[in-house]
Amino acid sequence: MSDTSDIVVPRKPTFAGLRLTRTAIFAGSVLLFWLVLALFGPWIAPHGEAEIISGQTFAPIGEGGLLGTDKLGRDVLSRLIYGVRTTLLLALVTTVISFAIGVTLGFAAAILKGWFDIVVSRIVEAFMAFPSTLLALVVIGAFGTSITVLVLTVGLVLSTSVFRVSRALGYDIGVMDFVEAARARGEGTWWILTREILPNSTAPLIAEFGLRFTFSILFLSGLSFLGLGVQEPAADWGLMVQENVGGLFLGSSAALIPAACIASLTVSMNLLVDWFQQRQQGETVLEKIDQ
Amino acid sequence: MTDILTIKHLRVEGHPPGGAYVPIVKDVSLNVGKGEVLALIGESGSGKSTISLAAMGFARPGCRIAQGEVWLNGRDIMALSPRDRHALRGDEVSYVAQSAAASFNPALRIGRQVIEAPLWHGASDAAALTADAVNLYRKLDLPNPETVGQKFPHQVSGGQLQRLMAAMAMSCGPDLMILDEPTTALDVTTQIEVLKAFKDIIRDQGTAAIYVTHDLAVVAQVADRILVLKNGEMVEAGPTDQILHDPQHDYTKTLMAAVRPAPHLVDHRDTVAARPPVISARTLTAGYGTVTVLSDVSIDVPAASVVGVIGESGCGKSTLARVFAGLTPLRKGEIMLDGKAVAPNLADRPREALKDCQIVFQMADTALNPRHRISDILGRPLEFYQGLKGSARADRVGDLLELVDLPRSFASRYPGELSGGQKQRINLARAMAADPKVILCDEVTSALDTVVAAGVIDLLKSLKDRLGVAYMFISHDLSTVASFADEVVVLYAGRVVEKGPSKAVFSPPFHPYTKLLLSSVPEMQQGWLEGVANTIEAKAASAGSVVIGAKGCPFSNRCALAISGTCETVVPPVRELSGGLQIACHLPADHLPLS
Amino acid sequence: MLRIIATRLAQGLLTLLLASVIIFAATEILPGDVAEAILGQNRTEEALATLREEMGLNRPAIVRYFDWLGGMVQGDLGTSLATKRPVADMIESRMWNTLRLALLAAAISVPLSLALGLWSAMRAGGRVDKTLAMTTLALIAVPEFFVGLILMKIFAVELRWLSATANTRPYYDFWENFRALALPVATLSFAVVAHMMRMTRSSVINIFTSPYMEMAALKGLPKRRLVLRHALPNALSPILTVIALNLSYMVSGVIIVETVFGVPGLTRLLVDGVSLRDIPLIQACAMIFGSVYILLNLLADILSIMANPRLRYPK
Repeated sequence: MSDTSDIVVPRKPTFAGLRLTRTAIFAGSVLLFWLVLALFGPWIAPHGEAEIISGQTFAPIGEGGLLGTDKLGRDVLSRLIYGVRTTLLLALVTTVISFAIGVTLGFAAAILKGWFDIVVSRIVEAFMAFPSTLLALVVIGAFGTSITVLVLTVGLVLSTSVFRVSRALGYDIGVMDFVEAARARGEGTWWILTREILPNSTAPLIAEFGLRFTFSILFLSGLSFLGLGVQEPAADWGLMVQENVGGLFLGSSAALIPAACIASLTVSMNLLVDWFQQRQQGETVLEKIDQ
Repeated sequence: MTDILTIKHLRVEGHPPGGAYVPIVKDVSLNVGKGEVLALIGESGSGKSTISLAAMGFARPGCRIAQGEVWLNGRDIMALSPRDRHALRGDEVSYVAQSAAASFNPALRIGRQVIEAPLWHGASDAAALTADAVNLYRKLDLPNPETVGQKFPHQVSGGQLQRLMAAMAMSCGPDLMILDEPTTALDVTTQIEVLKAFKDIIRDQGTAAIYVTHDLAVVAQVADRILVLKNGEMVEAGPTDQILHDPQHDYTKTLMAAVRPAPHLVDHRDTVAARPPVISARTLTAGYGTVTVLSDVSIDVPAASVVGVIGESGCGKSTLARVFAGLTPLRKGEIMLDGKAVAPNLADRPREALKDCQIVFQMADTALNPRHRISDILGRPLEFYQGLKGSARADRVGDLLELVDLPRSFASRYPGELSGGQKQRINLARAMAADPKVILCDEVTSALDTVVAAGVIDLLKSLKDRLGVAYMFISHDLSTVASFADEVVVLYAGRVVEKGPSKAVFSPPFHPYTKLLLSSVPEMQQGWLEGVANTIEAKAASAGSVVIGAKGCPFSNRCALAISGTCETVVPPVRELSGGLQIACHLPADHLPLS
Repeated sequence: MLRIIATRLAQGLLTLLLASVIIFAATEILPGDVAEAILGQNRTEEALATLREEMGLNRPAIVRYFDWLGGMVQGDLGTSLATKRPVADMIESRMWNTLRLALLAAAISVPLSLALGLWSAMRAGGRVDKTLAMTTLALIAVPEFFVGLILMKIFAVELRWLSATANTRPYYDFWENFRALALPVATLSFAVVAHMMRMTRSSVINIFTSPYMEMAALKGLPKRRLVLRHALPNALSPILTVIALNLSYMVSGVIIVETVFGVPGLTRLLVDGVSLRDIPLIQACAMIFGSVYILLNLLADILSIMANPRLRYPK
């Protein structure tokens, strides 16, 4: 029989030979750098988080501290280092919360369908009817600016997108024949979700995690910039930008440095996610005309 | 006879994203004379489609033409600049794709797309071209030739769209036409009118053509010469007559044998009928939402026998399998397992009932979870139904693999490492793991190559003999069913129109639809097409399309023998004929068509 | 088709209603209530009780909700707690500033992104495409206030060509208006262009992989014709969705931009309202923003439906 002795097609796992590009390596290194800084920060930082080191406020780079001082005379470099921890930790917690809510509801809606799906989808749509900043403003305006409120609100806002992605995945995979086969066998919903659907969703969900993480950083720093996020005297990058805007006209870069750090974090993460997704792209018909 | 096309030593390579180039076509040479039709036949992976595109100097995204010369109308187009080469397409050479969806832009009107190529190449002005197009529509026997150009693709039926594709390819008056499996996606009964239209127009205009297909019987009708391909290489070439009836190469011989397997027609009605039915349906009615897909269907599957269910698209055969398995709810009627009624819903059935009735799907690729190893895929039903664990389970997995003629070492592999035929065997093994009494085979060979499919059918037969399992074998392919089934059920638009022992069904008297179906299967002798396309039945059949949920007989709008006033409004009675045959028709038994 | 549009309209209204419920619920479920916020330090039990009675705060939440909703529909947006003026008045004076900013940014960004998106889709994989891809990736990854601050630093602080604050007076001539508004409009546009361009590009490339595109190519048509005559008509629907999505994204971006450049607009009002816990103001502003967003999405959906020939010309 021809097909019993067929040539084997080698299997390609998700990270086949990794195929790293230069941009992927660059982005990865940046993220690794910040991660290391976050873990070992307190031992590296020359001064304390809120320590006032100089009477000269808005000192330019080199004077006072290595990167200058901020509006109260605190060392920009140290606050920057402490800020990484706040930024990364908050972003991580909110993303995890968003996934906990979004993935559960999304897959549930895709599997249970019917009324559950309709009701939850409508509610999520109503939530998505607001620009995220607006929603956060309203909630924080009502409940105050504590860290718990902040984290829960941002987590909730992020979860709408995670819900949409999970629901779409659940539907797409749920109609595949192997899920039908499992159902025909008599498998329960829990089995189907965890053993059939979830293993096939890892790649898109990983990409989504990266994107939400980035968005969370941007969102949190934006809120801090508006004065509604992390409050003084904590060292949060978004907050640092907002505090030191006044120094811009005095020639101080105390506002630009933390903003640039945020940008490096988010750009690298985006590049990494892009690389992850791009590996499946091929040529298009238009290019073939030129050949 | 001057050659329109000569290909010399063509080599085409392809690569998956991020991977290395591998050869798809290795050193192929061919030529096509003026007004000649050359058929390229082969299974998937033979490179036939790729070669036909190379005749235009085109390679699909992910592929490139690495070497070779392509002489079209006296010059090597591979030596031209990309722009000059591109200018020939739609002018000297044109292309007919496999499906209408692949050809027509859903956002533009048909007429505009048909005349677009010659209009762009400056052949004439829009008004003149439109008039030519209307003439083409007439020649292709399309209804409403003056107005069909105004419609959008979604407003026109599949068979008509296919003929419009031919019009689009002919409108530029090409010297060479490339037809890439243009009738593969169509039902057998629709295929006839389309094939005839293609053949007529090609002869009419004196165009040369390359016809790509895997269906040898179709080839017999349209081609002058045949080229057999395997794995990107030429195997044999010659005039149609010689290849079909006197093939030289072993591979060609295997291909011929696989296409038309010897029929195995059963008439031992008594032995089979005496066995109690393993699974049956009584007056089953089922559907989705407001649409009723199956009406009043009654079927029995006796133990250790094969019941073939045949029908074309829209007949509800897949729904039938799903209702039996409990995946789709039924509205009326009941299903019985071993003589006892079972709950229509999957969730309400006991595990025993689920174990006894297993289903195997058509698409092997999507029926296996790509993240599970074979040992998990086969092991799970063993654990689920029989509680096997550990080494007992692993041993049994190995046994199952041997049962379907695969090496035991496959247990550690993932589905992505298997070929199409191997995956379908795993599907079967998974069904066998439950030790069932009946297996529902839903078009299990339809997506496979002919030779591979023949292997799977042989496997099914041997399993039946060894283990005494029964099958409900659903297919649209008559010859496969004829070679394999003990009993046959013919479905049309959700109703059973004929059923009985296979020999009785395939011999006269017939239900009018069965007759149409049987006469539509292309024969391997040349000249058959002309004979069959001009019969009254064929003309009546192409006058209408499948109507689901009709009040009376669903076939009445396409039947040449329809009794007006009765057939459209009253459900036909079931007539019992000799040999255990049942036919649902208003015509009295002696008026039923005979041949 | 009309039936589908009517359904969509009804759905939009439902979403609007749900949104209003969410806003009301978020702001009214408070540990302390409006009466406490008003009286502040001076609150005694009797004063609170009287005020609550006066303001009708003792009525059940549902009644208060419908009261508020009814008022909204009739144009009465409540009274601000902070300034004691009718909210409608406060909004009216600021709304034009925000609207002007948004309209200008939209007018620039929509045609620009469509053109760039189409262009890079046509030259997918080429140098121009790769450069644009990198640039837009950087732009969407970067916080908007960063872009705004950089622009401000370069053009307002160093070069002094443009103004850092976007205050305009009615008597300004064209150039003075330009100097004041150029930076905020540019900042807003950058982010939106980046998003829209990427989405346009991917929608169009998606269409390129459709089978009928290959057929059209095999007719010998040149690239430009393929893109404009074959791809674009099918891309209308996804592109319209993209535009709506991004215009509503702009509603979010406006908040940041107005803060960075001190534009006296609606969002500034909202942010201040939030810091002061001025409930009626927050509710009214939120409703306005939410409605605009919902309406934009509705418009995009309806236009998409109309652009689909399957729905325009049914069988």
